[in-house]
Amino acid sequence: MKCQKCDKPATFHITELTGGKPKELHLCEEHARDYLNENETPTEEPSGAAEALAQQLAGVGKTVEQLDKLDKTACPICGITFFDFRSKGRLGCSHDYVCFEKELEPLLTNIHGETAHIGKRPKRSQGDTDRLTELIRLRKELKTAVSNEKYEEASQLRDQIRRLEGDRK
Amino acid sequence: MSVQIDDLVRTTGEWMRGSGPESDVVISSRIRLARNLADYPFITRAATNDRADIERTLRDGVLKLVDKLPVSYVDVSKLEGLDRQFLVERQLISREHAESEGARGVAIDEGEQVSLMINEEDHLRIQVLKSGFDLPAAWDKIDAIDDAIESQVTYAFHQRLGYLTACPTNVGTGMRVSVMLHLPALVITRQIDKLFRSLQKISLAVRGLYGEGSQAMGDFYQISNQITLGRSEIELVKQVSEVVPSIIDYERKAREFLVRESKQNLHDRVSRAYGILRTAQTISSEETMHLLSSVRMGVNLGLIPDLHIPELNQLFIQTQPAHLQKLSGAELDTSDRNIERARYLRKHLNSAGDGHAEKN
Repeated sequence: MKCQKCDKPATFHITELTGGKPKELHLCEEHARDYLNENETPTEEPSGAAEALAQQLAGVGKTVEQLDKLDKTACPICGITFFDFRSKGRLGCSHDYVCFEKELEPLLTNIHGETAHIGKRPKRSQGDTDRLTELIRLRKELKTAVSNEKYEEASQLRDQIRRLEGDRK
Repeated sequence: MSVQIDDLVRTTGEWMRGSGPESDVVISSRIRLARNLADYPFITRAATNDRADIERTLRDGVLKLVDKLPVSYVDVSKLEGLDRQFLVERQLISREHAESEGARGVAIDEGEQVSLMINEEDHLRIQVLKSGFDLPAAWDKIDAIDDAIESQVTYAFHQRLGYLTACPTNVGTGMRVSVMLHLPALVITRQIDKLFRSLQKISLAVRGLYGEGSQAMGDFYQISNQITLGRSEIELVKQVSEVVPSIIDYERKAREFLVRESKQNLHDRVSRAYGILRTAQTISSEETMHLLSSVRMGVNLGLIPDLHIPELNQLFIQTQPAHLQKLSGAELDTSDRNIERARYLRKHLNSAGDGHAEKN
C-alpha cells in the first residue's frame, strides 16, 4: 500500500478516533510524523483515566443541585452511591450498569467510542438475570438483619436466598 | 491439588523460554479476560462473606474442570508477602492482587501459561501467556478456557453491554490483549517517545514490565488495547497483531542503524555491560535490568557469542528481589540482596563460556 501523500510505501496505519466517525490513514514514516506532530494533543494520564473521566463527565450539563442529587442516588441492589463511583471509578454490582445507565453512557462513549458489545456471548442461556441480581440484594439484607440481631427476619431472608439459589441450575 | 511456591523457584515459565515467533524483540504475548459472577456484588461492595463465597464458587468451578484444564490452586490470602511478591515477578498475579486483602487465590497450570486470578479487581481474571509473538494461539486457548469455566458458573452479562466489569474501561469483551516487547535500540536512538505517541493515537496503551503504573525497566514495554466495547475479540487481537510487526521492524532498523553508524560504541556499551555484570560485587535490581538489557541486545546482534537468550531471560526474572531471596533461601534486606544478586550474576555469567550455565 502506498502512502496517501506520496509514493513511498505506507508503513503507518492510523485510525483516528477523535471526531465523529473513525478515519483511516495510511502514511509513510515522514508523513506520519508530520501528521502526528500537527495533531499533538496534551499528553493524557492513562492510569486513573476512568476516575478522571467519571468525575468530569458526570457533571456535564448539570446544575450544582442536580449533580448533588445524582451523587446521593444509590443503587437499590448494592447500595453504592453515584458519588462513590465517581470518586473511585469502580462500580459496585452489575445492576449499576442498569440503574446508572444514562450517566454511564457518555463515559462509555468517551472511553470506547461505542456503547454496544460486539463479540463473544455466553454459550448457556443467562436465565433470569433479575433473580441473580435479587440474590445480591437479599444477601446484603441478611447481613444487615443479622448485625441488627433481627433473627426472625434473617431466617426468612435465608429461606428466600436458598430458594433462589436452588433455582440456579 | 495445591502447588508449592518453592517448586516454582527453580523452574521457569514457558513464556520465559525465549522461543516463539520474533523472540529477539517480542518476549511474550498475553491475553486476559475480566469476568464476574452474576449473583454477587463487584469486589468494592462485596462483604467479607461475599468474597469468601465468590472465592469458593470459582475455585470449585475451576477445580471441577481439572481433567480439561489441569491447574493447581494457590490460596493467595495464606501466602507470606515474599511468596506473593514472587508470583508478581513471575507475572502470575498482579501487584494489586498481591497487595489486597481477604479471600483470594490463583490457579496456575504447569507450564505457567494459564493463570486464573480470583477476587482481583473483578471476580475472575483469566490470563494466558505465550512465549514470543503468538496472539492467535493465546486467543484460542483463552476462549476455550472461558467457555469451560462458563459451563460451571453464571457470568454477569448484559445483552447490550456484554460482560460486565467493575471498571467501565473493561466492559464489553473484558479483554486486554498485550504484547511485551524489548526495545533497547529505540530507547538508545530516542525514538521511543515518538512510537508511544503514535500508539496512543490508535488508542493502544503502553505500559512497563509489571503493568499499570510500573516503570519500563530493562527497556521492556507492554503494548495493549484500551478499547474493550464495540469491537469483537478477533478484531482486538487483529488490531494489536497488525501494529506489532511495524514496531519489530522499527526496533530492528534502529539496531541495524546502531551497528552501521557506531558499531564500536555499541560493542563497547554491550561489552562493558557484560563486564560489570560478570564482576560486580554489589548491584541493584534496576542496574541489573539496565545492563542485562544491553547484553540481551548484544546477544541478538551476535556481539556476545557465548550467551543464549533463554539464560538471559531467566536472569531478568531470577535477579528480581523475591526470586533472589527464594533462591538463596533467606530473607535479605536491600544491601544484602545487592550482594547476593552480584554473586548470583557472577556465578551464572562466568560459567556461561564453559558451555551450559549450570542450573543454580
